[in-house]
Amino acid sequence: MIANYGYKDGSGEYFITLDTDRCDGCGQCVEACPLGVLEIITDDYYNVVAAVTEEHRNKIKYSCGPCKPTSRVRNLPCISACKPGAISHSW
Amino acid sequence: MTNAGIDIGAKAIKVVILKNGQMLSRHAVLAGFDTRESAEQALDEALREAGLSWDNLEHIAATGAGRRQASFTHHYLTEVAADARGAHFLLPSARTIIDIGAEEGRAIKCDAEGRVIDFVINDKCAAGSGAFMESMARALEVGLEEFGNLSLRSQNTIPINAQCVIFAESEVVSLIHARAPKEDIARAVTDAIARRVASIARRVGLERDIAVVGGLARNAGFVESLKEALEVELLVLEAPEFVGALGAALPASD
Amino acid sequence: MGEQYWKWAESRWTAPDVYWTKTATVTAGVDVGSVSAQAVILVDGKLYAYSNMRTGSDSAESARKAMDWALKGSGMGLEDIQHIVGTGYGRVNVPFARRAITEIACHARGAHAMYGPSVRTILDVGGQDCKAIRCDAQGKVTTFLMNDKCAAGTGRGMEVFADLLAVPITQMGQMSLEVAEEPPPVSSTCVVFAKSEASALLRAGWPKNRVIAAYCSAMVHRIATLLNRIGVEPDLAITGGIAKNIGIVKRLENKIGLKALATEYDPQIAGAVGAALFAKTLLEKSRGGL
Repeated sequence: MIANYGYKDGSGEYFITLDTDRCDGCGQCVEACPLGVLEIITDDYYNVVAAVTEEHRNKIKYSCGPCKPTSRVRNLPCISACKPGAISHSW
Repeated sequence: MTNAGIDIGAKAIKVVILKNGQMLSRHAVLAGFDTRESAEQALDEALREAGLSWDNLEHIAATGAGRRQASFTHHYLTEVAADARGAHFLLPSARTIIDIGAEEGRAIKCDAEGRVIDFVINDKCAAGSGAFMESMARALEVGLEEFGNLSLRSQNTIPINAQCVIFAESEVVSLIHARAPKEDIARAVTDAIARRVASIARRVGLERDIAVVGGLARNAGFVESLKEALEVELLVLEAPEFVGALGAALPASD
Repeated sequence: MGEQYWKWAESRWTAPDVYWTKTATVTAGVDVGSVSAQAVILVDGKLYAYSNMRTGSDSAESARKAMDWALKGSGMGLEDIQHIVGTGYGRVNVPFARRAITEIACHARGAHAMYGPSVRTILDVGGQDCKAIRCDAQGKVTTFLMNDKCAAGTGRGMEVFADLLAVPITQMGQMSLEVAEEPPPVSSTCVVFAKSEASALLRAGWPKNRVIAAYCSAMVHRIATLLNRIGVEPDLAITGGIAKNIGIVKRLENKIGLKALATEYDPQIAGAVGAALFAKTLLEKSRGGL
């Protein structure tokens, strides 16, 4: 299942996409994130997978801001930590 | 050389008349329905205050979201360029400029010569701008300045969960019904806007001196919240809402 | 606010041709949203009764009221229901529910049942959110996206405009279609800025129909970009209050080039239907049936 967490508002589209078929629930992304944006949950279909916390879903543009400086090259810690490549950011 | 700079913002039009680096006058009007007409009125008034007429002006430049409305100008500048020039003129040590207006916020990084190195714009979402404060001030039935003062008096933090001005309105109405103190509600709002502004400012990197400009910089409650959110010293420039117009009025070759 | 332009008709319904006995499997689903709440009762998996009403300030109380109203005139009591699942924003606050399941999974399952097994894409626009869901042939979610951060593209945006124009929300859709030609959309989907823009248009002499059309156009643009992010696979079902707004539905169908499926039931009950179906599955599992 492709889970898109985030939102679109007047200023843009901000989604963190989690491919729960690839995610093995290892939790490395949760540890790697310096801001507590991610967590491991059991979804409606009983899969133990990563998700964006409810607290951050509606403000991820700001939550993820520190990892996305304007003009420097970024290696997002969550994406780097994910071996199965289950995470992507839309911005 | 006598120049005029016009900043046509979403809410207000600001005009600055500059002669050889000296500010002769400045004037602001609400943008109103016919922006071109309002811009002309603002310029007329600023000229009257300076004791000048249109013929005395050698150069007119316009900036702001509505700058194309001022078709009588000679030159257009982006808001980022105008802010950087204006802020650098007032504070040559400025390296980071934060501009918060009625509908848009920007963070600009400039060098020692006032040239723009980097910038971030936060636009088209009311939650990160003065529009949020206006809406909530209406809900509390106070003016903007009073709203800021209420915020300064707050002793407690109340969370506002909604991330949208429209949803926050409903939340604030519930808080009012639940008799939450107005100061705390005002503080929650200035904090919410400040957090968003701080977040975009950090993206360009905070390098001192940090100048704060724009209409919302006049609001003591907002500035206090911003100081707390950024945890660094902030310098609010004089007549902060005129900095863009000042930047437009400055001659191109500094 | 003198008039209440946001008001839409609350409703309840009992199936004329479904009967229940003590041996039937009776399950229910309650969907407590931030704006509206629905309760659905199924008898042996068939729609038996439902209610659709405005949510109050308290989720638990709204759940109770919705359930009481659905049961009214059904000859059934709460104790006759063998399994109840709660969903929606207030799902953890449904006091008589045994499980809470997200509205994403429930909407997929519910739409699948209400619109037919050919449904593969569901758009749900509720009072304060917008969901785009892809599902498989069994009604299981394969992709989803939910936006409840921003009022643009939600029922709330439409409510604000109804209030601004002093037009009952139930008439907005029809009025938006009564324009000679489609006007350009309002430039911002941010409801705050769109509202200022609309005020200026009214002052410039635009008739109400035209302003509503301009807003519907902008809202559809917003919704379509969200749908396109997950991709639209036919067949498409539109659920939630917005399905009753013909101005949005028609424009959306034009924009994505696909006609949405129809249902004989209230499109606002999809989440609760899905929840009631989940309740049935859980009940059968616990009985060792599956």
